[in-house]
Amino acid sequence: MTDLNTLTIADARDALRKGDTTAVELTEACLTAIEGAGALNAFVHHTPDLARDMARAADARIKAGEATALTGIPLGIKDVFCVRGVPSQAASRILEGFRPEYESTVTQNLWNAGAVMLGKLNQDEFAMGSANESSCYGPAVNPWKVDDRQLTPGGSSGGSAAAVAADLCLAATGTDTGGSIRQPAAFTGIVGLKPTYGRVSRWGVIAYASSLDQAGPMTKTVRDAAIMLGAMASVDPQDSTSADVAVPDYESLLTGDIRGKRIGIPREYRVEGMPPEIDALWHKGAEMLRDAGAEIVDISLPHTKYALPAYYVIAPAEASSNLARYDGVRYGHRARLGQGDGITEMYEKTRAEGFGPEVQRRVMIGTYVLSAGFYDAYYNRARKVRALIKRDFEIAFAEGIDAILAPTTPSAAFGLGAMDSSDPVQMYLNDVFTVTLNLAGLPGIAVPVGQDKQGLPLGLQMFGRPFEEGELLNHALVLERAAGFVAKPRRWW
Amino acid sequence: MSITEDQARKVAHLARIAVDDAALPALARELNGILHFMEQLNEVDVTGVEPMTGVTPMRLKRRVDEVTTGSMADRILSNAPDAREGFFAVPKVVE
Repeated sequence: MTDLNTLTIADARDALRKGDTTAVELTEACLTAIEGAGALNAFVHHTPDLARDMARAADARIKAGEATALTGIPLGIKDVFCVRGVPSQAASRILEGFRPEYESTVTQNLWNAGAVMLGKLNQDEFAMGSANESSCYGPAVNPWKVDDRQLTPGGSSGGSAAAVAADLCLAATGTDTGGSIRQPAAFTGIVGLKPTYGRVSRWGVIAYASSLDQAGPMTKTVRDAAIMLGAMASVDPQDSTSADVAVPDYESLLTGDIRGKRIGIPREYRVEGMPPEIDALWHKGAEMLRDAGAEIVDISLPHTKYALPAYYVIAPAEASSNLARYDGVRYGHRARLGQGDGITEMYEKTRAEGFGPEVQRRVMIGTYVLSAGFYDAYYNRARKVRALIKRDFEIAFAEGIDAILAPTTPSAAFGLGAMDSSDPVQMYLNDVFTVTLNLAGLPGIAVPVGQDKQGLPLGLQMFGRPFEEGELLNHALVLERAAGFVAKPRRWW
Repeated sequence: MSITEDQARKVAHLARIAVDDAALPALARELNGILHFMEQLNEVDVTGVEPMTGVTPMRLKRRVDEVTTGSMADRILSNAPDAREGFFAVPKVVE
């Protein structure tokens, strides 16, 4: 048998049910892989004892014939999810030492489905970033490498992407506010699914921008994404934006048949300066879908260009409000106070010490765009533009488009430290193809489709109609099969 | 619009983040760069468009107004940097 940690969820599930392996063996294989992968800095809090306990319980469940979707499947959990009794700090110093007294709905759903918790995964601080460089743990490192440079696994779910690509776990959770599942998935050659807003509960997920945040699976295959989404999603009374829509059996919707479907190619995604390799990959992807019997249609999403500036008004505005809770009183870090310091100094010093530079920047931008005199000029205008961006998609879908195909990122993975930190806008441009989806609340999936001339993975993404993740996954399956992406990073760590 | 050093100081204070005076020019420059990027939004005709509040057109859910949980003060205080006698402790607020 191959190394157990390299299995997909679907293959591991079948092996467990047939009795070819046990959850304990699977878990040990992952724990060994994690121990040998310190150089990737993907796992930042390790929970081996918990993993072994959960694996033993899973084996008992399998023996008793009570196995469910994920029984015995070892997973990595992004640090942003609250897990009871386990450090959960969204890669921020300000939550140092915080051990939640409660469990996020997503992780509770996963444990109920029988999954095994391996530990917490690296990310950008409060999920703000596209290179995993804003983490208080230092950056996670991409297992893909072409020379002596260390490459970013992307962000913000960079630890999740690195861990799945390097086979440290069978799959991982991620969150996507402006592309934080799909961009790292593309940079590491894995599958990343951002569900429809409201599909997956946000309860217990440390908030960045509440109207955009959505958790989703990061997996080795499209089938695994279908299995894992089914376990993560639920209607949750604890999240008032959780949608009252029943969760289907996503795996059973994977027919591989997309004949007669209409796939939109949005012309506005052909941006200036896009590398020819990405453009060629996009054409190739469209051909693959056409060969499978779909109709390829040129469409227009005219407000695409304004998604990025609208996002960088709305997300920081919501962040400045969400992050107001970090005041040094109820949890996490509190600054040492000087003689005569009052409560205002306590807040200001605590937040200056606890938040990293990118988080400080976004909190201040958010504060500015919400302040008296600027609220209409920036925040309200951005929300109006957001309405127009959403309308673009609604018009496309109303005209009979079933799914949209676009590149995931404007480049392959870049070097850690390659972006000029004094020019934050340069980093923001990474999200140009991904933020539109969050603004419109739609589901999207990144699928590895090819490699650039250096051998780094490149991905395409597909967008679907709201709450039709099943159909979206089916389109993605066709793309995955046609692309036949099987490359793996060569082990150097 | 552009942000002066004074305005940067004011924003930092509103955000309750201590910023050294020496760091203000760089902060103002960064914020200006970002705001300049956002000014593209002025090209869009938004006449008659309602600002979007949420993604899904749905009414916020309601539930019966009753106590559903409680009696766990020790768990709530367990992560506090300073908790005393069942309370969060903060520096003196009222003289």
